[in-house]
Amino acid sequence: MQNHLPTALCVSAMLLGSAAVAEESVTVVSFGGSYAKACVEGYYKAFEEETGIKVNLEDYNGELSQLRAQVEAGAVTWDVIDAEGPQLAIACDEGLIETIDHLNLPPSPDGVPAEEDFAPGTLTECGVGKVYYATMVAYHPAAFPEDKQPTKVEDFFDLENFPGRRGVHRSPQAVLEISLMASGVAPEDVYDVLDTEEGIERAFGMLERIKDEIVWWEAGAQPPQMLADREVSMTIAWNGRIFNAQMLENQPFKILWDGRTIDSGGMVIAADAPNLENARKFVEFSARAESEAGVASYIAYSPVRKSGYDLVGNHAITGKPMKPHLPTNPDHGGRQLTLSTEFWLDRRDELVERLAAWLNR
Amino acid sequence: MGKLKASSLALPLIAFVVVTLLVPIFSLVRLSVYDSTVAEALPKTAEALQAWSGTDLPSIAIYETLAEELIAAQETRELGRVASRVNRILSGSRSTISKTPRRFARTDAPDARQAFIEIDEDWGELAIWHALRQATDTFTSRNFLQAVDFRLMPDGSIERMPESQQVYVTLFIRTLGVSIAVTALCFLIGYPMAYAMAHASSGLARILLVLVLIPFWTSLLVRTTSWIVILQQQGVLNDIFVFFGIVADDNRLTMVHNMTGTLVAMTQVLLPFMILPLYSVMTNIPRDLTKAASSLGANPFQAFVRVYFPNSLPGVAAGGLLVFILSIGYYITPALVGGSKGQLISNLIAYHLQTSLNWGLAAALSVILLVGVIVLYIVYDRFIGIDRMKLG
Repeated sequence: MQNHLPTALCVSAMLLGSAAVAEESVTVVSFGGSYAKACVEGYYKAFEEETGIKVNLEDYNGELSQLRAQVEAGAVTWDVIDAEGPQLAIACDEGLIETIDHLNLPPSPDGVPAEEDFAPGTLTECGVGKVYYATMVAYHPAAFPEDKQPTKVEDFFDLENFPGRRGVHRSPQAVLEISLMASGVAPEDVYDVLDTEEGIERAFGMLERIKDEIVWWEAGAQPPQMLADREVSMTIAWNGRIFNAQMLENQPFKILWDGRTIDSGGMVIAADAPNLENARKFVEFSARAESEAGVASYIAYSPVRKSGYDLVGNHAITGKPMKPHLPTNPDHGGRQLTLSTEFWLDRRDELVERLAAWLNR
Repeated sequence: MGKLKASSLALPLIAFVVVTLLVPIFSLVRLSVYDSTVAEALPKTAEALQAWSGTDLPSIAIYETLAEELIAAQETRELGRVASRVNRILSGSRSTISKTPRRFARTDAPDARQAFIEIDEDWGELAIWHALRQATDTFTSRNFLQAVDFRLMPDGSIERMPESQQVYVTLFIRTLGVSIAVTALCFLIGYPMAYAMAHASSGLARILLVLVLIPFWTSLLVRTTSWIVILQQQGVLNDIFVFFGIVADDNRLTMVHNMTGTLVAMTQVLLPFMILPLYSVMTNIPRDLTKAASSLGANPFQAFVRVYFPNSLPGVAAGGLLVFILSIGYYITPALVGGSKGQLISNLIAYHLQTSLNWGLAAALSVILLVGVIVLYIVYDRFIGIDRMKLG
């Protein structure tokens, strides 16, 4: 028996292996929840139909530790990963993901080459951008008198005229930029200012004004809940979450588009991906304008391709027009800042520590 | 021989312990003091910098060597890792390093030093060179120093972090404080509960046991969120207080998103770990002991303090240790309900492990936490005796 065991293991492993090969598949790792659902309905199904390659879904929290462990152990099981800007760049630096040179990115429906159609900065060494999302201030209109609703990002830091508690993400990213914009720094100067000691002090100074009224949140589901419970009157939030509450739960929340920060996420291919060819096909399919617009018909994230943005129509469930909810819609007016991946890669660890130290004071 | 054979039965267990415990701990310690990324990617620069005085800018030859090796590193995709390692020493240097090889070929400066300074004026400062030299050390005390809010200066001396960046010591102390408080609260609530269970009729005891176990079957996040719903300002408890006029509507109590919330939620989550060992020890204390004490003239209080309580100590010891160790590693609950003081040391360990991928610092923080727990365990063993501990 003892001698048969290894043989038996080998045979069963081979059987398992061949079973996996028999069906063409690609393992796609994404954030789960309503975003993953939007992607599945928006274009994963179309991909399966067109190519016959099965998409295996896995969830993660945007954390790279698992991928790093897989790559270092030489046992990669993920193929394609949906990643946020700075995380994507870190993974690229650490050699955890493939570069995109081998991809053949599709042109727009009317023939504009991909390089010109993607928004600047959304095609990087390792990543193919997909959607923009915003971090901005949202509020409950019933928390303020009808003739005195917040209209600008400064109002978030003005407890006298806009009383009530404030929800703030316990992370320096986006929070410091919003604070600086509210202190009067123009969006284009934010990173020059934040790169200096005085700039950091200035941003923390804004938070200091509301410190006693801040409810710190950790998970993206918390802000809409806190607004619904009237635990806070205004909160920094992610636009997709507020959109879902507005659309699917009929909450009266309003988004203050002024002083918003936008950031893009994209698709990457794991280094040594087991189904490399399928992964490439999948990322190329993701890069189509139709795919991006498909996602945007379920969740309020803007396609990073100009042609994708133009294709966006109505919400797939409620039939309401989507464009008014997209973070990059120019009709919103107000100040908009694109998060700088480079800045956050340079300074994030330091600023995370500084925020923790400031909270400890 | 027979004995040897018998003990060989334990081999699988020993192998299991080695693979799942000792090897990870060893690699953890190694990670915290050893990193050869930069030394391997820039070997010639590393060697040249050892001879560098450190008081003036390095020679043009060193700039040339670095340029050559950075370009090579870019081709092998090592550059990002090198830049991120140096960035951990000098915040902001990552972009300086990663753009240099890309732009080096395009400059028309007369020599490598001027080319570098043209690309980024930081190359004309000593700071980045000191950081680079530090990063080429394969063995480093940097992570451990940072884990206790100190830093290594260019001249090799050790200095405290600037005040705006001192975090870890505060968080270690807070973690310890929260763990002790939660353990004490669990004991205060759990002991009477376990006593009631051990002395109730068997039917009632069974119902109580189920009540204690129910939280085990509920997801941690659900339990934590429920506490937010109950404790928040517009929450159930405040509504009740306002209804009965205990507090004014515009003066509702803040019971969550602060330390109160952390203690309440953590105590509830960890309570079963205190009650269950206590319960199983208490059911085995002979009832006759208390009766004997009474018959010898002790009043109920004396009988409890002098006879019953000492007999239940092994359960207290086991429950206390269990709750304490679990709460040291807890971070999801405090992060959600703890507000501005909701960060514990494990939150930052998780950050460095999962987000910044600075595994060296994460490992150093974990090693300190582990050593702390081991020290506590030894002290505990000295005073209470681990052999007296009973889980059931």
